Amino acid sequence: MIKRLLKCTKGYVKDTILTPIFMLGEVIFELLIPFFMSTYILSYLDEISKSGASPDFTYLLTCGGLLLLCACFSFSFGSLSAIFCAKATAGFGCNLRQKLFYKVQDFSFKNIDKFSTSSLVTRLTTDVTNVQHSFMMIIRTAVRAPLMLIFSLVFSISLYPEVGKIYFIVIPILAVGLGSIMLIAIPMFNRIFKKYDALNESVQENVKGMRVVKAYVREDYEKKKFERSSDDVRKSFVKAERVLAFNNPIMMFCIYAMILVIIFICGRAGIIDNDYKVVANLQTLISYSSSVLMSLMMLSMIFVMITMSYASAKRIDEVLTEEIDVVNPTNPIREVKNGDIDFENVYFSYNGDMDKCVLNNVNLHISSGETVGIIGGTGSSKSTLANLISRLYDATQGSVKVAGVDVKEYDMDTLRNEVAVVLQKNLLFSGTIAENIRWGDENASLEEVKRVCKLACADEFIESFENKYDTHIEQGGTNVSGGQKQRLCIARALLKKPKILILDDSTSAVDTKTDASIRHALKTEVPNTTKIIIAQRIASVIDADKIIVMNNGVISDIGTHEELLKTSTIYKEVYDTQFRPEEKGGEE
Amino acid sequence: MPPAGPRRGGPRGPRPKIQKGTLPRLLKVLLKNYKFHLIFVLFCILVSSITTGSLGIFLKNVITTIMNKDYSGLISLVLLMAGLYVLSILADLTRSLVMAKVTQGFLHDMRVKMFSEMQDLPIKYFDTHNHGDIMSTYTNDVDALRQLVSSGMLTIVQTAISVIYVFSTMLYYSVWLTLVVVLFVVLLTFTVKKIGGNSAKFFVKQQKSLGATEGFVEEAMHGQKVIKVFTHEGKICEEFDKLNNEHRKNVEKANTFANILGPITNNLGHFLYVVLALAGTFLAVSNLPIWLKSLSFSGEAISIAIIIAFLPMGRNFTRNISQVSNQINAIFMGLAGAQRVFAIIDEKPEEDNGFITLVKAVKNESGEFTESLDNNGVWAWKRPNDDGTATFIELKGDVRFKNVDFGYNDTKVVLHDITLYAKPGQKVAFVGATGAGKTTITNLINRFYDIQEGEITYDGINISEIKKADLRRSLGIVLQDVSLFSGTVMDNIRYGRLDATDEECIEAAKRASAHEFITKLPNGYNTFIKGDGSNFSQGQCQLLSIARASIKNAPAMILDEATSSIDTRTELLVEKGTFELMKGRTVFVIAHRLSTVQNSDVIMVLDKGRIIERGNHEELIEEKGEYYKLYMGSLELE
Repeated sequence: MIKRLLKCTKGYVKDTILTPIFMLGEVIFELLIPFFMSTYILSYLDEISKSGASPDFTYLLTCGGLLLLCACFSFSFGSLSAIFCAKATAGFGCNLRQKLFYKVQDFSFKNIDKFSTSSLVTRLTTDVTNVQHSFMMIIRTAVRAPLMLIFSLVFSISLYPEVGKIYFIVIPILAVGLGSIMLIAIPMFNRIFKKYDALNESVQENVKGMRVVKAYVREDYEKKKFERSSDDVRKSFVKAERVLAFNNPIMMFCIYAMILVIIFICGRAGIIDNDYKVVANLQTLISYSSSVLMSLMMLSMIFVMITMSYASAKRIDEVLTEEIDVVNPTNPIREVKNGDIDFENVYFSYNGDMDKCVLNNVNLHISSGETVGIIGGTGSSKSTLANLISRLYDATQGSVKVAGVDVKEYDMDTLRNEVAVVLQKNLLFSGTIAENIRWGDENASLEEVKRVCKLACADEFIESFENKYDTHIEQGGTNVSGGQKQRLCIARALLKKPKILILDDSTSAVDTKTDASIRHALKTEVPNTTKIIIAQRIASVIDADKIIVMNNGVISDIGTHEELLKTSTIYKEVYDTQFRPEEKGGEE
Repeated sequence: MPPAGPRRGGPRGPRPKIQKGTLPRLLKVLLKNYKFHLIFVLFCILVSSITTGSLGIFLKNVITTIMNKDYSGLISLVLLMAGLYVLSILADLTRSLVMAKVTQGFLHDMRVKMFSEMQDLPIKYFDTHNHGDIMSTYTNDVDALRQLVSSGMLTIVQTAISVIYVFSTMLYYSVWLTLVVVLFVVLLTFTVKKIGGNSAKFFVKQQKSLGATEGFVEEAMHGQKVIKVFTHEGKICEEFDKLNNEHRKNVEKANTFANILGPITNNLGHFLYVVLALAGTFLAVSNLPIWLKSLSFSGEAISIAIIIAFLPMGRNFTRNISQVSNQINAIFMGLAGAQRVFAIIDEKPEEDNGFITLVKAVKNESGEFTESLDNNGVWAWKRPNDDGTATFIELKGDVRFKNVDFGYNDTKVVLHDITLYAKPGQKVAFVGATGAGKTTITNLINRFYDIQEGEITYDGINISEIKKADLRRSLGIVLQDVSLFSGTVMDNIRYGRLDATDEECIEAAKRASAHEFITKLPNGYNTFIKGDGSNFSQGQCQLLSIARASIKNAPAMILDEATSSIDTRTELLVEKGTFELMKGRTVFVIAHRLSTVQNSDVIMVLDKGRIIERGNHEELIEEKGEYYKLYMGSLELE
């Protein structure tokens, strides 16, 4: 997984590598400053203050200059590292997001179903941001901390080996202390965040379902429920934070202990062994000690960050490694000759398990240019049947043929351009109406766009808008009504001039009269296109050449309206619920 | 400090405007419940700030003792410091422990207060406020509050104490070196502000381009199937690349400035370090008169001990200053969050001047009702009289509208002169185009909204005299937009009547034709409904919602597009099951499908907020008006 993620540094490998290298420079020069300070300046001062000799100003200024130079180097390296880091991080994030997005574009319907839309959105947004953030932490801080640790140690040991030894006691204490706190706290926080999310989810439900809450007079019930959960969250948070509260004191304990030990050892050496140099080193040793311990603290924080984003990385990797199940054949056929459709012993199951087939042994022939209606209750697999034609799903067993050729042998783009589907859960994209319609054919002229809108009975309301075809559609098409949206979707599909047109419950929100005129237009204006109409309303399919009645994944009856009224009990029942018998009698 | 997950980091943006009273109000709320805790915390901060700030003095004295070869003096100094350090560690620990309690307690209080105030807000509030914004107050703003209370405010206090303490110590030892430190702090603040400003500008841009990219991703993911059907993948990728690259550039710029800030402040610190040492040295060895070069409040001669003492003090001083600048954004965001939280709390609750309540009752021989404690299914309206007695009116479910006008705001009237009556046992249907005012009428019956003109009565009582809760208790309602709650299927059905037994819930599910699909679920009635029923189809959600309403067993029912996603055959079953129970009850039905309303006693055809036709199916067909046209629309082809 790490390897796959690392591939996203492509184009930014140089920056990714240079970041820690310059960081190394920054750390070394930064740490050299106190080292030079004590060896050159402070010890010199100490010496002359004891000997009483007059100081050598040029020497002092040179030393000062050297130190400032170190600071300049440290600054330059640091800035370079910062710049490369920003570039590497931005590039990594960009590549990762792109790779994911492209991968999803290759997904089949089945792959999409498996992940669900909302989870894909999370993976492409929050998860990418998390991983990008960790990437930055790793190439920057995760490199900086150990470098600081090592060089501070090296410098302090070279200044005063005695002091260096103490680190071998203090560092393990700190490491174990911080480590065990993290080990206890991380799982606690993971649990709490789940609770916290659940709490927020319940708020969301209440905000959305406020009418239900009020209609059932459940305000007090909800208040009590919320207070209980919130209190539970509070208690858990307090418990977990109490564990974390030990973090800082342990750290302080180690720093303070180091300071006292350094002072004691140096002071003793100064007084008893007359080793005055230690006085000059005192402050430097202390500042190194805090560098050492701070870098340990930093490491522990990075550890927490990485564990938290590990879950994100894993979710991203799941998408990247997902196997795409509907792929182009090796020698694809690039022409669809006509609109004939054949189903031969077709079985279909969403998870491939033959015991759970939602389509069972479907055999069907539809001739080019025919209008076919499909009727059936919810869950009778009407949509599934239609989805197999444009190879949105592959049949589990048996074959689906268009123009006498198995759909698996076609180039997928060719097939889908010839088989237009108006999906049940259809949507428009943000952009103008014309732009949306042109999804069907990018190069279509405005006249062409207007023509298909007329066929779909959409021209009237479009013309009534102030900006007509340039009217902006909001994301998800929220500024047009359901019926208008459906008509725009039909127009969009018609613009493709397909050989097969599938309308999956596409006129449910359109009033019956308009519905009828659309069907009439389709019949007269695109007579050679095979039309498949999936509907709840009998009226929508009543004049079809052939009506298929689906029930629990099997075709229970096929025939015209008149035939089915006599032969199919299901059809008759549905018909009766929609047209009351006494009325029908009155009308005939 | 909890391990802040990246998702919890708020966006850096321009500072929002903070109203004047927000901070005092926040402090007042905090002090009210946690006065002693906070005083204790203040004391702890005092101890630890002074200990940290004393390192310089400590070093100075240590060096003096070493110079003087005062071994016992050194030992006692070390011991003294050790004592102080232990105290400081304890102070820090107890402070964290107490603050955990204070912060979480405070957040809990605010959440609960906000939630319970929210429950009492009128429906209008939810109709006019973006739900995402309300949610964001519970998540982002409460989180910003946490940051403010747990670290922002403490940092300010701690810094103030440290800065004052270290500054006076520095002055005590040397005015000149103090001046050097102050000059550096000015330089530092200036640079940080300059670069920080640039960084903030690009962070705003980054946030914007991130929003654009993620918005695009969201739209594309939702429309992924459409993209595939139209073989639009290539085009979408192209557009995505454009946005993604734009975002990359902004990320790069924003982070460059943010990352560079570290080396800058760090190395300015080092500069200070070097300059202090040099300046101190020159001062010490210069030929200036001794009073001038040792200018200080202690009057002590400048020495190596003092110079060394200044090194950690200078560092402490600059670190504190830059800490505040780091926190300033968080503090402003916290205050802005507090402001939004207070705004919800201050929102005016739903008004209720009703005084008539719904009580369990018994009918005596003379046909009069009196209050009873028994659960015999008889209910009555109780109207309290001035003399302490009460009048009882039988609950029947008789609803009448008299010349009702209504608008959601004062400028636009959406219902005109609505007059209708529904006698107990009648089924009244509303038909009409979207926006004709069908749902609005039902919103008036249960007083989600109050009417401007006219009168609505329930069993002869003006509904504005009935307590809202009791009025709503007398109505069963199935809404167009089904809302289920996290919990099991059983819990959700029981929502209709909390004391219903499992058997009663199952019975209700059977009546609503939901039993069949529920038993097919992996855990049956114990299946957990998550995320507002996202694991169920719309039709299944509607069936559950009907079961939930039917268990309530109210004398009047409102069904607003209750069966719109259920196929006509199942609908018939639901009708047979549920409405068996509805015999003798008043039912209001709103439906798009005419077949749903055909058997109603009276059908009202609404157009632009007016009732334009009324009558039963046969009468309306006879009338050959709008209803006839609607109905014929579906028969036109015969």
